Amino acid sequence: MATLEQQFKDIMRWVDDRLPVTETYEKHMSKYYAPKNFNFWYIFGVLAFVVLVNQLLTGIWLTMNYVPTGEGAFASVEYIMRDVEFGWLLRYMHSTGASAFFVVVYLHMFRGLMYGSYQKPRELIWVFGMFIYLALMAEGFFGYLLPWGNMSYWGAQVIVSLASAVPVWGDDIALWVRGDFNMSGVTLNRFFALHVVAVPIVLLVLVALHILALHEVGSNNPDGVDIKKHLDDNGRPLDGIPFHPYYTIGHDLPGIVLFLIVFCAVIFFFPDGNGMFLEHPNYEPADPLKTPALIAPVWYYTPFYSMLRAATFPLFGMTAKFWGLVVMAGAIAILFVVPWLDKSPVKSMRYKGLASKLFLAIFVVAFFILGWLGMQHPTPAKTILAQVCTAIYFAYFLLMPWYTSVEKTKPVPERVTF
Amino acid sequence: MLRLISVTLLTLLMSFSVQAAESGYPLEHMEPDLHDQASLQRGAKTYLNYCMACHSLKYQRYKRTAADIGIPEDLMLEHLIFDPETKIGDLMTNNMKIATAKNWFGAAPPDLTMYSNLKGGPDYLYTYLKSFYQDETRPFGVNNLVFENVGMPHVLMELQGMQVKTCKDVPRLAANGGEMRDPLTNDYITEKLCGDELVHRGFSPLTHVEGTGSLSAEEYDQVVYDLSNFLYYTGEPARLQRTTIGGYVLLFLAFFYVFAWLLGREYHKEFHREH
Repeated sequence: MATLEQQFKDIMRWVDDRLPVTETYEKHMSKYYAPKNFNFWYIFGVLAFVVLVNQLLTGIWLTMNYVPTGEGAFASVEYIMRDVEFGWLLRYMHSTGASAFFVVVYLHMFRGLMYGSYQKPRELIWVFGMFIYLALMAEGFFGYLLPWGNMSYWGAQVIVSLASAVPVWGDDIALWVRGDFNMSGVTLNRFFALHVVAVPIVLLVLVALHILALHEVGSNNPDGVDIKKHLDDNGRPLDGIPFHPYYTIGHDLPGIVLFLIVFCAVIFFFPDGNGMFLEHPNYEPADPLKTPALIAPVWYYTPFYSMLRAATFPLFGMTAKFWGLVVMAGAIAILFVVPWLDKSPVKSMRYKGLASKLFLAIFVVAFFILGWLGMQHPTPAKTILAQVCTAIYFAYFLLMPWYTSVEKTKPVPERVTF
Repeated sequence: MLRLISVTLLTLLMSFSVQAAESGYPLEHMEPDLHDQASLQRGAKTYLNYCMACHSLKYQRYKRTAADIGIPEDLMLEHLIFDPETKIGDLMTNNMKIATAKNWFGAAPPDLTMYSNLKGGPDYLYTYLKSFYQDETRPFGVNNLVFENVGMPHVLMELQGMQVKTCKDVPRLAANGGEMRDPLTNDYITEKLCGDELVHRGFSPLTHVEGTGSLSAEEYDQVVYDLSNFLYYTGEPARLQRTTIGGYVLLFLAFFYVFAWLLGREYHKEFHREH
């Protein structure tokens, strides 16, 4: 077989002279040294990639049978559910995939906050990640209109009408986004184009940038230790191990299978998540004359929806709606600057002080409460709760420069711990 | 201030118009059974004979229905498809014109293919079909406890017969939930409650009018059960296939996980070796 091996080597040499295939493979896979002390929290980046592939593939097949018109959209989804062979599976994989995407991305982001993965020199990784999150929210929003159910219609109607809170140009912006005076087939068509072509391209480019930036500086780890400080005689990090095959098979494969067990349990047994993933009013077609009793966005937007609703009074001559928009946009925008808000000398929560731990814990609780509130009818008491939680959300970020610089930190070990 | 908040919220969202037709009536639970083909077949028969003229099942096909609930295609064509022009592969549409329907009933009868999903389960239909009662103020002489002032006539009246609201003298409830008694005589202080007001007091809100309808109460319950079961099926015809396949998929993944974990463990041994 030596000749076959030799032939393969010759072919690879020929290719490598023209395209750096082996070099790229080594840089990103077999000679990319990842810290040895990754734990459970380090699976969600890989899982986000798995879900991305799932969304792209099932999306392509759904597009083959979907009709992007106001007249045909709703019926074509039911055609997929009933007449297309395994169409129901494709659709549930896609709709459950949307929720799964946000689950893993939220956990991935939490991991970043917990272990300080955004700190120098990983600021750009975090910023690209936030752009991915933003693109993902846009992708989910455009996609949610496509089944043309009544909740699709009214959900999009509420969000697009937010644009009209912008002073002076608001109504024109809303009109420009809709392409019509009301939500209509015209809006559906453009949302379809954005959902299947524009945003996915942006998303893929951003994912590439996210990973390239990561592989340039190397992965962080639960200790926040720089593994490049201790190299062996060959210049390899003593606390690092090649990503492939040690992490891909030793860590990611069992993790992916565990994820698939949960994912498939939902797809096959609770695909509508009892109204959480596929909302009940979406089982009737869009009807501009029939408003659903409660318009709530899908769960992954509800924390921000709560913050939008938490602004209830006009200020400085601007409407409450405008301030709601500002609060919601601010809540997302502030995530981008986290790398410059954290003044702590240590990266990981393991070695940060009590204040950081407390703030992160309260922040997470407030985020969950906001998420729950976003699915409820607002009452005066719930509105006050939403306002308190919104204040906590912002306090976590705005006070970060203060509490991370004054708290007492623990010494960081020289080498990674297990 | 509270008022200001609520008004602002309403204008902020423009989204909270409560559907006046929906009452908060407690629903009776039914456990659908998709394995009970006889029930599904009876439900289909009732649906096509009593409901289909007004309520289409336009996302569902005759052929798929026949195959899923075990009716041979020739019998389906002969007994359950009334229009000779209709082919077995057609969608289950009807000839109701929306404009005409609005004239007749005030609103177009909705397509019912996914009505049970829309209502979060079959309980709504099941309770609704058992909750018609006599109300001379309504155009068709009937009203419904679940869907107040519904435009639909009681189509199954020849089967169920007529019901009237039960009226009863029951103890008045105090603010703390206790039953009120006269402090001198110790007798209950009663009030007359009718229909849905009685539901929360543990009484049946409707009474069947003796001698009306061709079925007994149990037989009618069965008809309504079968019908709700059938509409639960049309809501997602792939449901049985989905859960069956799902079982195998999870079994495979659980099996695969064992080997993935064992393989992963071998690679993990390298982690603690200095190299």
